[in-house]
Order: sequence, then structure tokens, then C-alpha cells
Amino acid sequence: MTTETLATTDPTTEPGKAPLVIKHRRRRPRVLAHVGLILVAVVMLYPLLWMVTSSLRPNDEIFTSPGLLIDTFDLSHYPDGWNALSKPFGSYLLNSALVVLGSVVGNLVSCSMAAYAFARLQFRAKTVAFAAMLLTIMLPVHVLIIPQYVMFAQIGWINTYLPLIVPKLLATDAFFVFLMVQFVRGIPRELDEAARIDGAGHARIFLQVILPLMVPALATTTIFTFIWTWNDFFSQLIFVTDPDLYTVPVALRQFIDAQSQSDFGALFAMSVVSLIPVFLVFLFGQRFLLRGIATTGGK
Amino acid sequence: MSAIGELRTLSRSGRGSLTADQKAALKKERSRDSKAAAVFLAPWLLGLVGITIGPMLASLYLAFTDYNLLQDPNFVGLENIQRMVGDERLGKSLAATLTYVVVSVPIQLAVALGLALLLDRGIRGLALYRSMLYLPSLLGASVAIAVLWRLVFGGEGLVNAFLGLFGIQGPAWVAEPDTALGTLIVLHVWTFGAPMVIFLAGLRQIPRQYYDAASTDGANKWQQLRKITLPLLSPIIFFNLVLGLIGSFQSFTQAFIVSNGSGGPADSTLFFSLYLYQEGFAGFRMGYASALAWLLLIIIGAFTALNFWASKYWVFYDD
Repeated sequence: MTTETLATTDPTTEPGKAPLVIKHRRRRPRVLAHVGLILVAVVMLYPLLWMVTSSLRPNDEIFTSPGLLIDTFDLSHYPDGWNALSKPFGSYLLNSALVVLGSVVGNLVSCSMAAYAFARLQFRAKTVAFAAMLLTIMLPVHVLIIPQYVMFAQIGWINTYLPLIVPKLLATDAFFVFLMVQFVRGIPRELDEAARIDGAGHARIFLQVILPLMVPALATTTIFTFIWTWNDFFSQLIFVTDPDLYTVPVALRQFIDAQSQSDFGALFAMSVVSLIPVFLVFLFGQRFLLRGIATTGGK
Repeated sequence: MSAIGELRTLSRSGRGSLTADQKAALKKERSRDSKAAAVFLAPWLLGLVGITIGPMLASLYLAFTDYNLLQDPNFVGLENIQRMVGDERLGKSLAATLTYVVVSVPIQLAVALGLALLLDRGIRGLALYRSMLYLPSLLGASVAIAVLWRLVFGGEGLVNAFLGLFGIQGPAWVAEPDTALGTLIVLHVWTFGAPMVIFLAGLRQIPRQYYDAASTDGANKWQQLRKITLPLLSPIIFFNLVLGLIGSFQSFTQAFIVSNGSGGPADSTLFFSLYLYQEGFAGFRMGYASALAWLLLIIIGAFTALNFWASKYWVFYDD
């Protein structure tokens, strides 16, 4: 939001004489800036591109060629890697998708509800509750994970996805609550007060007025929850130990142990496969993503 | 603004007295709000108590026990803390973690800030550059990238293939105690895109007029950076610094994958959370691991507090 309103201060859109003069003077530094940026971007993306090309060349060529040109196309790493573990890689993708779906739904429902209460309702101990919510953002997961493990083990949830999903349904990703509170505060109160006058209760105001206006914040939450859950290794490693239930990161780790000596190509191939969903989310969601991350940094 | 809204403002301002009817309406509104809040906050409250505060207290208790998952925990007093004092691996773990945090966070922020400044000058293709530089931050935490790093910095990996072009025989970076941690630092710096995007947003909020005024007064680019950009950006630098420190103290995946779960070679990549995992979930010393978790919390808390204290001297708030 803030970035859009402030975009008008961009010098190129400002009327007046100054920009023309400056433009002329700045040409040379700009060429240098482009050269620098392209260099940085190439260095940044090189390892990724090398991983993709390595997954497409024969094993004996992988480490002899630092370049990105492929002499012999070898597509066999993909089917090989796909079938290298006890189950086809697709089933791990499906497991991860299930965890991600549960986490996204959980975060969307519970965090938006909490955010509505914090942003719009007056209740006792609100300040204390809000401070507690903010503090939990900073709490390292390590302090909680051992008792959580014991607790989930006692109720028989180890080797199910419940320990990964239920906490999201209970708004423990306080970062998103905070993000949404900030967003709701930016929605004019007049809108919900008008709905009030028309006789709407809080449930209707939340569902029919606030939620539809929160779409950018909800999209940001969806995208970040997707990516973070997809990448999450620590809690999936701890709570899921049955190989049939492995999610992508844990399966990939298993894969290193199984393959590391010989078949690097297959390892690269499945690494690439595991990154494709994140890459796609990035591609389609980056507008929201960049705006979302930018608003969190605002003062 | 609606009638209720006006009443609220009136009562909050403390000015003017409300009639009995108005007070009653306000009271009704408050009880309505409280009931709604109970419903809307129910999931969060349940999570706070059941998934956060409860386990936190349990973890504090376990830190003073010898719990091993199989038998009931015995209270052992300060035994775990005494054990920490004599724990050589803990020392190495602290050294590796602190080195990683203290070296990689400032470098990452400096790179992020430098590129944000470069991108902020209304450069053509901004969106494309920004996306390309941001992408690694999203992938960086994944197992796949950690695998990639292990192979890129392996004895016959990409880095040494490159050095080979110049006739240099590089070491097996990830297998040498002197360089293994360095490869993880490089990986962390590589994910500078996220703070960079936050810096970019902050730079946009600085009014252009300040720079126009400064250049009219003859201030050069360097002076403008030091006197305008950095002070006005300091709250954002602070924000990124605090987040970066908290996050990197908890790093796990990269070290786990690169060292195959061992924290090696010679414990040089034994990050704190990796050591905690080894003790708790591989060695079943849950009591000791809980004590370690609290040590981590205290260290992160101390660093964050130090940061907030130091921020008085360099963070500039204009409002």
C-alpha cells in the first residue's frame, strides 16, 4: 500500500525542468550501474542454472564442466531420480502439497480472525494480548519443539501431519497476524461503521466487508506460507519419521544418503523438481510477495 | 463517522461528559465487542496457551530434569547447567554459531543496502533486477539449495572447476574445518534479496525534495548518502538487523545438509540448533536439549536487547 502511494514521488513523473538536466548528466554512471547489476545477477543465478544444466548432462560431465552449455543431453536423471526411493517422488510431492494446503488454510482462517479482533474490537487485556502476540514472533521454535514433540507423541500424532497443520489453525504464525493487523488498520473504519448502521454484526462485517478488502494481505500470507512450509525441514524432519509419509525436504535428504556416491545427476534432477513449485509461486505471486515484504518493513 | 464512533472518540478524549443514555449505548457496544473478540480470538488463544506458553513452561521444567523420552523426568537441579560449562562441543557450537551470525548478517545487510541504493535510482528494468536478486532468498532455505551448495563447494565442485580454469587447485571447501563455515556464510549472504526489498521500500519513502535541497546547497552524492539517506533509512536498517540476527541464530537446514547432520568437519558447522537436535532427537537427552533451548533464547534475547539499547545512538526517528 505505502509503496504505491509513494511511487508518485518518483522523479521521472514529476513535472518541471530539473529531471532533463540530471538525466543527461547521469548517463554514464547508469551504464556502470547496469553492468554492475547484470554481473551481480549472473553470479547470483549461476548456481541455480548450473544445477538445472547438471541435471540434464551425463554424470561424468557434471563436474568437469563449469559452463552452462550441454554437450550430450541426458534426460534419464529425471525418471531415475523419480523412482530411486521406496516410493515414486510424486508421492512425496503429494505429501508436501497436503501439508502446504492444510497450513495455508489454517493460517488464512485463524490469522485473519485474530487480526480482525486486534484491529477492530475493544476488549479487556487487549494491550497485553497484542504484546504477547508480538513476542511470540520472536520466540525460537527450539524452546517449544521438545515439549511439543512429547505432547504430540502422547496423543499419537507423530507420523501424521497434524503437528504440522494444527498449530497453523491456531494462529501460531503470529507474523501473519501482525501483517494482517497492520493491513486492516489501513482500511477506513467508515466502511464497517456503515455496515453497522445497516444492521450487520461482527461476523458479517468481517466476512463481507473486511475479508474482501484484505485480499492483498491474504495473498501475501498464502504465498509466504506456501514457500516456508514447502521449504521447512526442521519440524518435518522431527514429526515425520515414517518413510511413506516423508515430505519433499525429508525425502530429498534421504536421497542424498542413498545416492551421494554415484548418481549426482539424479540428485540434481530431484532437487530441481523440488524447487519448481516454489519457483512457480514466485513467478505468479511476486507482485503480492514484494509488496507484502515491503509493507512489513515500513515504519 | 457513525454515532458509536463519535461516542468512542468522545469518551476516549476525556473531554465532555456523556449522558446516561450514551454511556449505556457505549457499554452495550463494549460487551458486544468483548463477546465477538472471544470468538475471533479463540483459535489464537488456544494456540497461545496450548502450543506456545504451555510447552514453554514445560521446556523450562525439562531443562532441570534428565528426561530421555522413555522414563519419567527426574528433577536434577542445576546438573544440566553444570554440564554445559564442561561441554566442549557446546563451546565449538557457540563459536560456530556466533561466527556465522556476526560475520554473515552484516555482510548480507551491506550487500542488500548497496544494491538497493543502486536500484533506487529509477533504473530501467528495476522489476527484472529486483526479481532476479530476490529469487535466491526464497529458495535459499530449502534442502535442494543446501544440496547444491554441498556439491558446488565439494572437492570437485563448480567452484574448483572454475579455479581450475586458472590453474588453481582449490581445497574441498565443505570438507575442510577452516573453510566449511565460510561456505555457509556465502550461502547466507547469497540470500540478501529479502532485506534488499525492504530497503528499497524504505528508500522510496524518503522525500526527493531533501536531495534537491541538498544538491542546491552543493552537497555531493557521498554527503547526501551520509546526511540524508542513512539517517532516514536507519529504522529500516535496524529492523533488518534485528530480524537477520534472530533468524540466523536459528539456522539449521543448511548446516544439517552440508555436514550430513554431523556438524562437521571437526564441529566447524555445528550450529546451535543442530547441536540441540543431536542432543534431543538423536541422543534422547531431552532434558539437556531443553536447557540448550533456553540458553539459545537467552542469547537471542540478549543480542536483541543489546541491539535495542545501541539503537538509541544510531537510529533516527523523524516522527
